[in-house]
Amino acid sequence: MSTTTTNAGAERIAAAFREHGRRAALMPYLMAGFPDDATARAIGQAYADGGADLVELGVPFSDPLADGPVIHEAGTRALAAGSTVDAVLRQCEALAPRVPVVLMCYAQLVLARGADAFARQLADAGGSGLIVPDLPMEEAAALLPACEEHGIALVPLVAPTTPDERLGRIGAEARGFLYTVSVVGTTGERAALADQFGSIVARAKAATDVPVALGFGIATPEQARQAADAGADGVIVGSRLVREAGEAADPAAAVRAVVRGLADGLEH
Amino acid sequence: MSTHVASVEHRFGPFGGQYVPETLMPALAELEQAWIEARLDPGYREQLDGLLRDYVGRSTPLYLAERLSEVAGRTIYLKREDLNHTGAHKINNALGQALLARRMGKTRIIAETGAGQHGVASATACALLGLECIVYMGEEDIRRQKPNVERMELLGARVAPVTAGARTLKEAVSEAIRDWVTNVGDTHYIIGSAVGPAPYPSIVRDLQRLIGDEARAQVLEREGRLPDRVIACVGGGSNAIGMFAGFQHDEDVALIGVEAAGEGLESGRHGAPLTVGGRPGVLHGSLSLIMQDEEGQVTEAHSVSAGLDYPGSGPEHAWLRESGRATYVAVGDHDALRAFRTVAQLEGIIPALEPSHALHYVLTEPTDSTLDVVCLSGRGDKDLAEVIAQLRELEGPDALHRRDHPGAGA
Repeated sequence: MSTTTTNAGAERIAAAFREHGRRAALMPYLMAGFPDDATARAIGQAYADGGADLVELGVPFSDPLADGPVIHEAGTRALAAGSTVDAVLRQCEALAPRVPVVLMCYAQLVLARGADAFARQLADAGGSGLIVPDLPMEEAAALLPACEEHGIALVPLVAPTTPDERLGRIGAEARGFLYTVSVVGTTGERAALADQFGSIVARAKAATDVPVALGFGIATPEQARQAADAGADGVIVGSRLVREAGEAADPAAAVRAVVRGLADGLEH
Repeated sequence: MSTHVASVEHRFGPFGGQYVPETLMPALAELEQAWIEARLDPGYREQLDGLLRDYVGRSTPLYLAERLSEVAGRTIYLKREDLNHTGAHKINNALGQALLARRMGKTRIIAETGAGQHGVASATACALLGLECIVYMGEEDIRRQKPNVERMELLGARVAPVTAGARTLKEAVSEAIRDWVTNVGDTHYIIGSAVGPAPYPSIVRDLQRLIGDEARAQVLEREGRLPDRVIACVGGGSNAIGMFAGFQHDEDVALIGVEAAGEGLESGRHGAPLTVGGRPGVLHGSLSLIMQDEEGQVTEAHSVSAGLDYPGSGPEHAWLRESGRATYVAVGDHDALRAFRTVAQLEGIIPALEPSHALHYVLTEPTDSTLDVVCLSGRGDKDLAEVIAQLRELEGPDALHRRDHPGAGA
């Protein structure tokens, strides 16, 4: 597979944000290897069947500082079931022909392979983007050029606590999209937070030229719609789906229904 | 508090940095600025120095351990951090950070603890200053360190059990960081060792360097010269970095950190990332030497001592090792348990299990040194039940009556 087309990942992500046909692109999060490798693969296909425009593929890690209990537990179980970075990359390879895959991977696992090797292998696996939730812009100096070279969009995060000036600098460096964290906190379902969406999205959109995707805490079709109402170009849903994958008797069928419901919530 | 530089190090050689969720980056900048201002503020320093003197009981003595010296065949001084209020060096850092938090207007304190000493120190500082305190602690450590759990609760802190992973210090730190991400507005996280994202390793070192500064002045006064070696145990490495900082520029003084070899370095069940070396990695916000598998997943550490049961260590230690300024060695569970007993019998001092690792090394490892200073980082009350049980398991019901060290007499 070709890995050297510059901006290939960013272009594919941009197309997904442009051509979703709904009010906002839907990006469900999938914990690779959870509850086991085969089921996780089926879940990825079910996401695509259900209407996912992109998939955020999470790499299980022992100490996921940005994640709440549901995703932490799923990562722990995936590791116990034998998940490896190579297995995650193979899962990426299987899913990438259907939807753009953005990998979510903690800094330690990226650095353990080396920035260049990691970006190259992700590109070889058909990945389009990379999110490193514990790698703020100050620490991304080695990874950003490696991703550029291999056509991987390095997607940064911004938080409600990020000051305006810093937001501007992160927004200018963003590739693919700007991952906009909707809450002060870790990942996880929350009851009510939509009243904050408007100002958070407006701030992010003012700081960047790439699409703005809102994540953390969004779990229901109504919340997804509220994110779109607030002007988000994309909506990321994680813990709700990971919980479903862990609890359902037929995880693939169950998550397909949840994804379809979220997609319906984003229809015009 | 004897260094006044205009900025705070983010890196020690290649190690250190700020590998944290974006949500925390402004809080780290705020903390760094607050520290730069506080350490130059006579009001803050007077308040801290006053508490360290009148509340903690500093300066701590430098004690000439004559019977240990006789056994080892050279002069051994113990820096008596066990005589601090709350029983360990941890109070130096906890008080300094709690005062800093109050200056910053934070009302809620979180902390993590392994052996419980940092949790007790944080709970104590919060009681004194009227701050809410939540201490994250792994369930396994809660079991091993029950007296300290009760102390923290008596002091008004809430001990939050952590059930993830091996249920020890690593998971407690991860959980504390997640709490901080969620409550960063009103909360200060008192990290208990020289680890974490910048500026924490520098703040902790600055608050602990009085150990080394005091020891240096005391040994010069007593012996008229500097020691050949200073030795301290290393988990995260805060007592060691404090001790080393006082002697770092004395090039003829060897700096030796003693880690936990646990069940043996070859077993993989240890807490000795600096001794083993290997690949740098990111854990809890900084790049250092950490225990990891081929994939990069952080592996579980093991030590009989809850305070050394940590798969990483401070980034400044990693740099001291890589630059050759300090040397790191490891001592196993059984040797530390026996050193605990030996020091009790020879000196009438019950050391914590953590410095018992360093004490075993000093008592047994051949050396040309004629003058050693060892940091006795804390007292062993918290470890008594665990040590007695383990010694009996190791040596039978008469374990406490054994007198197998050279100073035992007839």
